Amino acid sequence: MKNFSLSVKNLTRKPGRTAALALLTAFLALAVFGGSVVVLSLRKGLNSLEARLGADIILVPDQAQSKVSFQNLFLQGTTGAFYMDASVLEKALEVEGVEKAAPQTFLASLKADCCSIKIQVIGIDPEKDFTVQPWIERSLARALGDMDVAVGCKVEADVGEIIRIYERRCKVVARLEATGTGLDTAVYCSMNTMDQLLKAAEEKGVSHRMASGDDVISAVYIKVKDGYDIDNVNSRLNSRVRKATAVRTRSMITGVSDSLAGVSRTVTILIVAVWALAFVILLLAFAMIIRERSREFAVLRLLGASRGMLSRTVLQESALCGLLGGVTGVGLSALLLFPFAQLIESALQLPYLMPDMINIVWLGLGTVLLSVIVAALSSVIAAYRLSRVDPGNALREGN
Amino acid sequence: MSVVEFKDVSRIYKNGEHEQKALDHVNLALEEGKFIVILGPSGAGKSTLLNLLGGLDSPTKGTIIVNGKDISTLTANELADYRAATVGFVFQSYNLIPTLTVIENVALVKEIAPTPLSSHDMLDAVGLLDHKHNFPSELSGGEQQRVSIARALAKNPKILLCDEPTGALDSETGVMVLKLLLSMARDMGKTIIIVTHNQNIARMADVVVRVKNGKIQSCESQAAPLAVEEVDW
Repeated sequence: MKNFSLSVKNLTRKPGRTAALALLTAFLALAVFGGSVVVLSLRKGLNSLEARLGADIILVPDQAQSKVSFQNLFLQGTTGAFYMDASVLEKALEVEGVEKAAPQTFLASLKADCCSIKIQVIGIDPEKDFTVQPWIERSLARALGDMDVAVGCKVEADVGEIIRIYERRCKVVARLEATGTGLDTAVYCSMNTMDQLLKAAEEKGVSHRMASGDDVISAVYIKVKDGYDIDNVNSRLNSRVRKATAVRTRSMITGVSDSLAGVSRTVTILIVAVWALAFVILLLAFAMIIRERSREFAVLRLLGASRGMLSRTVLQESALCGLLGGVTGVGLSALLLFPFAQLIESALQLPYLMPDMINIVWLGLGTVLLSVIVAALSSVIAAYRLSRVDPGNALREGN
Repeated sequence: MSVVEFKDVSRIYKNGEHEQKALDHVNLALEEGKFIVILGPSGAGKSTLLNLLGGLDSPTKGTIIVNGKDISTLTANELADYRAATVGFVFQSYNLIPTLTVIENVALVKEIAPTPLSSHDMLDAVGLLDHKHNFPSELSGGEQQRVSIARALAKNPKILLCDEPTGALDSETGVMVLKLLLSMARDMGKTIIIVTHNQNIARMADVVVRVKNGKIQSCESQAAPLAVEEVDW
């Protein structure tokens, strides 16, 4: 790159000026990278939640929502339990438009050995389940056996460890991938295991039994057949299945989507504002540099430097400042975001799941590139004016 | 052989209705390898002459031939190429770039001139090789002027244009700089053109051009110019 070394020397010999310009672009990079990572984490969290719920409709007992907020149950790991007769499953399967139906049974532990807080225990039927089972299969090649449990990624128990739930010893056989939701703090087991845990809970005075009998479930996850309107199926379920309420999963996460849209909007506005502000400040900074450096560039013109060479020198210098600022901003942003992800998640109270490392790397590179482009663009006027400085002025002013 | 020819050159500056003739129908021919002094009082037009010769300005009328090429009709970029290849400048103010070291200031021309000379050799020629890593602010005025001469020479120009090169120096340092410039003409065959109002410098010149009111008053060759040491400063 021609006269690249001159640009580098100009930057290194004026460390104060270089640092000030780099700092401005660092703010830009910090806002763009940090904001984008937060928005992408929220989106990934929401997508993960949708995928983990995996159903179009959830059937729960009437009045269940008065016992526990679904949003809290699924997003923040609040424990809760409600029960209905297991026959609801068969009735749901008879409804036109229902393709699959899988039962789940909830149990809120009092205090497990594995952790200091209450955890949510969810019983699934591995043969029927299409929501949690696919996740379990990624970590466990077989179905959950008797007294086996799969734990969410935030449960402090390693594979092979024994945890105690209502004095029953359960073996951790798999850890599930993160969802960024309250589901990460849950423990999953088979229906057989759940029956034993329910009995153990009853021995401890936690009653769940219903007048209709012993066979209880908490929810039925329903997948609607292709070509059927989900709202229509939802209505049919509400009218055909007694003592149960059908709830569309989308409506459960509508609040989350709205919050996410709000956060995304705020972050986007913040990024645009920082971008505009940094651009204007950079423009002003480069305009000030025109005055400071016009004599230097006039000398170069006198020596025979072409306008192109002078423009290149200015653009290279600003692009290098942008590169320095971009890398610094992304680095600072990473230092703030990654160690404090947990804190951000609890502050936002929304599903939060960091993007894959490869996406973060691409985002970082893109941010650095954007910083370079913005810095170079903001110096275009300065480059134009400095390249057209009247070399005769150097003689006249100098003498 | 003439390296510079001014043919009926006029330069008129307009300021609204007002016109000022800085140069008025100038005809001049200067030979290659000579030590030439252009003398004249302030406002005589000597700096305009230098600006035109240096490709910093273009004439309103007339033709300027340098090294066989008409430079009076060149575009801005062509003039930049001309400055890069044919002429070197030495100013009263040294115009060194303060953020670059001595050697870096001289080496600047490597990226500009088509046939540059070694920066190292040029600094050696002006006796400042030991100071090559110093910044301009660490040098005396005379040393800075020698760096600017080294920079001008590093471009390997045919003509060195000097505008009051000793104007900011004490007499002892001025003599040293003039000696250096004279040796460039005698030993390296460069055409040295010095613009000054100092009559004493004219006594050591091969050719003395006197300018007054935008016209050439005289252009005289001196058969026996004095040596620098012989000039009474």
